[in-house]
Amino acid sequence: MTNIWVYLETGSAGLTKPSLEVLGEAKRQADGGQVTALLLGKGLDEAAALAARYGADKVLVGDDDRYEPFNLESQVHALVPALQASGADFLFMPVSTHGRELSSRLAMALDSGLAVDVTALESKDGALHFTRPIFAGKAFETVTLEGTPAIATLRPNLFQTMDEDAAASASVEALSADAPGDLRTAVKEAVAAALDKIPLQEAKVIVAGGRGMKGSDEFKILEDLAEVLGAAVGASRAAVDAGWRDHSDQVGQTGKTVSPVLYIACGISGAIQHLAGMSSSRYIVAVNKDAEAPIFKVADYGIEGDLFEVVPMLTDEFKKALA
Amino acid sequence: MKIAVMVKQVADTAAKIQVLSDGSGMDYSGVQLVLNPYDEYAVEEAIKLKEASGGEVVIFNLGPDSADEALKTALAMGGDRAVVLRDPELGQADASVRAEILAAMIAREEFDIIFCGKQSVDSDTHQVGPAVAQKLGMPAATFITSFVLDGTSATVSREAEGVTETLEIGLPALFTCTKGLNEPRYPSLPGIMQAARKPKEVLSLADLGLTPAAKVKVHGLSSPPPRAEGRMLAGETNEKVSELVRLLRDEAHAV
Repeated sequence: MTNIWVYLETGSAGLTKPSLEVLGEAKRQADGGQVTALLLGKGLDEAAALAARYGADKVLVGDDDRYEPFNLESQVHALVPALQASGADFLFMPVSTHGRELSSRLAMALDSGLAVDVTALESKDGALHFTRPIFAGKAFETVTLEGTPAIATLRPNLFQTMDEDAAASASVEALSADAPGDLRTAVKEAVAAALDKIPLQEAKVIVAGGRGMKGSDEFKILEDLAEVLGAAVGASRAAVDAGWRDHSDQVGQTGKTVSPVLYIACGISGAIQHLAGMSSSRYIVAVNKDAEAPIFKVADYGIEGDLFEVVPMLTDEFKKALA
Repeated sequence: MKIAVMVKQVADTAAKIQVLSDGSGMDYSGVQLVLNPYDEYAVEEAIKLKEASGGEVVIFNLGPDSADEALKTALAMGGDRAVVLRDPELGQADASVRAEILAAMIAREEFDIIFCGKQSVDSDTHQVGPAVAQKLGMPAATFITSFVLDGTSATVSREAEGVTETLEIGLPALFTCTKGLNEPRYPSLPGIMQAARKPKEVLSLADLGLTPAAKVKVHGLSSPPPRAEGRMLAGETNEKVSELVRLLRDEAHAV
């Protein structure tokens, strides 16, 4: 039996999918222990109810202006004493920008071990073993963690959510926290990108372009394909360094490491640092006019050909197939 | 303005680094070691700031003797002096141990700003920066892509899950840097010549009065599972495309 606290995140569409996945894995690993969901922000009633239907035994809600928009200082201030008193064995969180800085500070404050970007969990010899990529996936390490609660952040798209139990409910309690002293962090602005833009690391499908795209306007054909597939658009370092795409779109060892269900690489040759960032994708498709390109070595399906001919055809074909 | 920059030496991202056959570590033979790419943005931002408003840039590094090479790059770019702790084991210790040591190294002086890369591209934990800030009791902003100094505070922006945030942070504070913040300069020849003569203070754990304990126990390393041999689709372009859509939909259930 393991007691696990789970930090949940909400976005414009409510509780995020990676949060539900983490909740599902916590429920499985708790093995009869209690799963407590943590929600910090504003207007969280619906999210709390959803958490109960997806595995939480108890939901702790911090409903306060100082948590929304996300303010690292307020969150650390509220969570450290709560976690110290929690008696929980672990805190699980989804991988995210906020999750990274929060988990790092919490681990230091709690004197606890932290494993980030976890891709697999196994209970062995009475301890949870966490497997995580290092060198952007060129290798994996398996670790155990000291301290209570120890902390792990879990990668999106790898863990199953629980089936929704419409009848389930959980006790919902307020997370009490003293008001922090003078905060030295002020969130001046938080501007959401277009609502339909899917964050690269959460996307189930990624369509990515490289040097072979030849220019920024040409990415339009990838965006058209992405729209049909509900995909995010990524780019290789070559395409970003050429100024065709924003650096936040970069996939690879000096960009984002992604593990979607499907990764479609267009005009990407497959440099080592790029392959490191995407080769844990479940399915990889490569479209390249050079049959010798290293990307074909990791691709499940390869099309040797001109991407400017292939991609629009693919968009049309998917439109028909998915209609 | 007194600025600390934490840097790490790492394997070049172009290197084909692999797990040693006995799984005890990574095989660094023939692998080129470089200044962590994200730390370059940190060093550049510190130097730009010093050029604009004066002050001093101190480079902090924890690692084996060979890490002097990466340190030299940071000094050649324009760092004024270095404070290092040389220990072959601790350079690869878990992130909380490294953060505890670096925080103690930095705490011996007073700094207005601490910069570092958002992650080192070997252990990939993204952990040391925020953990050092926690240890030193200062605010932090991570993944910054812009930095504007405004008297006793700094205004920074960063992207978090599709949301662009603008944060105002009171100094002293720590910032982790990512691509987009600036264009790191190449060390100049005179810069490289001067780097070797810049002051370098070498500390030991005893100097810091630390006996840090690991919080993460590594049980083993493994190579990524090999990918099954892929399939090149054959035929005319339209045939290849139809076949691909069929495979992804009906066989892989990927769409």
